[in-house]
Amino acid sequence: MNLYPVRAIYMAEMARTRRTMLQSIVSPVISTSLYFVVFGAAIGSRISEIGGVSYGAFIVPGLIMLMLLTQSVSNASFGIFFPKFSGSIYEILSAPISYLEVVIGYVGAAASKSILLGLIILATSSFFVPLEIAHPFWMLTFLVLTAVTFSLLGFIIGIWADGFDKLQLVPLLVITPLTFLGGSFYSIDMLPPFWQNVTLANPVVYLVSGFRWSFYGISDVSIVASVAMISLFLIASLATIAWIFRTGYRLKP
Amino acid sequence: MPEREEYALNDPIIAINGLNKTYQGGFQALTRVDLTIQRGEIFALLGPNGAGKTTLISVVCGLVNPTQGEVVIDGFDSVRDYRQARERIGLVPQELTNEAFETVWNTVSFSRGLFGKAPDPAHIEKVLKSLALWDKRDNRLMTLSGGMKRRVLIAKALSHEPRILFLDEPTAGVDVELRRDMWEVVRGLRESGVTIILTTHYIEEAEEMADRIGVINRGEIVLVEEKAALMQKLGSKQLTLQLQTPLDELPGALQVEALSLAADGHELVYTYDGRQAEEGHGIPALLATLEREGITFQDLHTRQSSLEDIFVDLVKERA
Repeated sequence: MNLYPVRAIYMAEMARTRRTMLQSIVSPVISTSLYFVVFGAAIGSRISEIGGVSYGAFIVPGLIMLMLLTQSVSNASFGIFFPKFSGSIYEILSAPISYLEVVIGYVGAAASKSILLGLIILATSSFFVPLEIAHPFWMLTFLVLTAVTFSLLGFIIGIWADGFDKLQLVPLLVITPLTFLGGSFYSIDMLPPFWQNVTLANPVVYLVSGFRWSFYGISDVSIVASVAMISLFLIASLATIAWIFRTGYRLKP
Repeated sequence: MPEREEYALNDPIIAINGLNKTYQGGFQALTRVDLTIQRGEIFALLGPNGAGKTTLISVVCGLVNPTQGEVVIDGFDSVRDYRQARERIGLVPQELTNEAFETVWNTVSFSRGLFGKAPDPAHIEKVLKSLALWDKRDNRLMTLSGGMKRRVLIAKALSHEPRILFLDEPTAGVDVELRRDMWEVVRGLRESGVTIILTTHYIEEAEEMADRIGVINRGEIVLVEEKAALMQKLGSKQLTLQLQTPLDELPGALQVEALSLAADGHELVYTYDGRQAEEGHGIPALLATLEREGITFQDLHTRQSSLEDIFVDLVKERA
C-alpha cells in the first residue's frame, strides 16, 4: 500500500472540515446541546429514572449515536460526491492508487471527523448530566466501528447519488427516522410488546443498545447481538464498495 | 506485449492494440484502434466532435473501461500493471474541473500526493513558476481566470513528474495570447523529455506543434502520419501566374484539369500536389509548355493548403 495517496486524500478532506468548521463541528454540537436542554433538563426532569439512570444521562449514548450516524453518512457521501459533481473525480480515477487506498482516505477522514464530533458531544453532555462510562474500551470500539461503518454507507450513497437531493435522501428519510425510533430517547421496554417486536427489526436499535451498555451496563438487546449487527453492517458495506469498484458503477463508463 | 525487462528506450511509450469501446446503450465510441506513440514526440489527435478523441484518452488514462483490446504504457499493461502505467501519465482534462475553494499550492501538492509521490515543495515551486502561477499560489481557484485555471490543471498534471502528458483540448476557450504561451509551455515540456499527446479542434495548434498527426473519425483512426509528410502527401499547392497579356481561353496544350484562368484572364492558376511534383508533372513541365506557347508572366506566387484543408478533406472523404 502506498501511504502518500491515502494521506493526500485524508488531509484534503480534513482541510475541508476545517474550512467549514461552523457547519461541520459547531452546528452539530449546538443542536445536540439543544436536545440536552429540552429532553434532558426541561422534560427529562419530569421522567423517572430508567434502569437506575437519570433520563438526561440515559439519552446521552442515543444522542451521540444519532449524530454519529447522520454525520458519518453526510461527511462521507459529500466527500466523494463533490469530486463527482465538480468533475475533479478524474484525478482520483486516473491516479495510480488502489480502490482500498481511495476508500481508506475518504472513509478514514469522514470517520475521524465523526469520532471527533462524538467525543466533543460527549464532553459537552458532561456539562448537563452526570456521566459514567462502565466499559470505556467497548464505548470506543462502538464509536469507531459505527463511525467507520456508516462512513462506508455514506461513501456508497455519495457514489450512487446523481444530485444533491439524493445525497440528502438517505440521511433524512432513512437514518434519522431509524435513529429516533431506535431507542435513542427511550428504552424499548417502554413500548407495547407488539411494537417492541417491530422495533427489533430496526438495526439502529442494536447500535444504540450496545453503545448505551458501554456507558451504563444496561441494554435492550444482548451485547453479542449488537456487535454482530455492526459487524454485519460493516461487511455488507465493504462488499458493496468492492462491487462498485469492480464494476465501475457510476464511476467508470 | 514485450516483457518489461525487454522493453527498450526505442520502443513506443504507448502501444494501443485492437481497442474497442462500446458504451452502455450500444454506442460504439472506438473501433479497433491501433496506435503507437513514440517517446518524446508531440502527437496531435484530430477529429470532429464525437469522433472518440476523449474516449481514447480516457481509456488510456483509466477513466473508462475498454470493451476489448489492450493499452501498454512504457511496457506496462494499463489494467494489470495500473500503478506503474498510471504513475507515468499526467492528464489535463478538457473541462476546467477543480476544487473551487482550494488554493493553487494546495491543489497542486494534493495531486502529487495522490500520484504516490513524497512531498517536494521545490518541485511544486518549479512547476508553478514555469507556468507563471507562482504569484497566485495562495489564491483560491475560484478567484482565477479561465486561462489561469487551465494552467493550474497543467500544473496538477505535472506535479508528479510524468513521462507522458495528455492534453485534452488544452487551449479551448483560451485567448490567442495565452494559447501561444501555452504552446511555449508544451514545447518546453517536450524539450525536458515529456511525451505529449494532445487533442485539439484547432488545426493551427497541431500544425504549429505536432511532430505527428493522427486523425480519428467515428471511432476509427483514419490516418497517422508525420506532419511534414502528411502536408506534402495530401496537401495541395497552388501556383498563380500573373500574365503579361490576358488570355480569353487556354490554348489546347494547356487545357488540363489542373489549370484554369482567373481574374478575367489575367491569372493562370495551377493546382497540384506533392505527388505530381515527385512524378515530374509539376511546375517545370508547366513552365516549358508556357514558353513553347509564348505565354509570359510578370509575377507569381504559391499557396499551400493548410492542415485544416487536409483534415476537412479527409473527414469528408470518409463520411
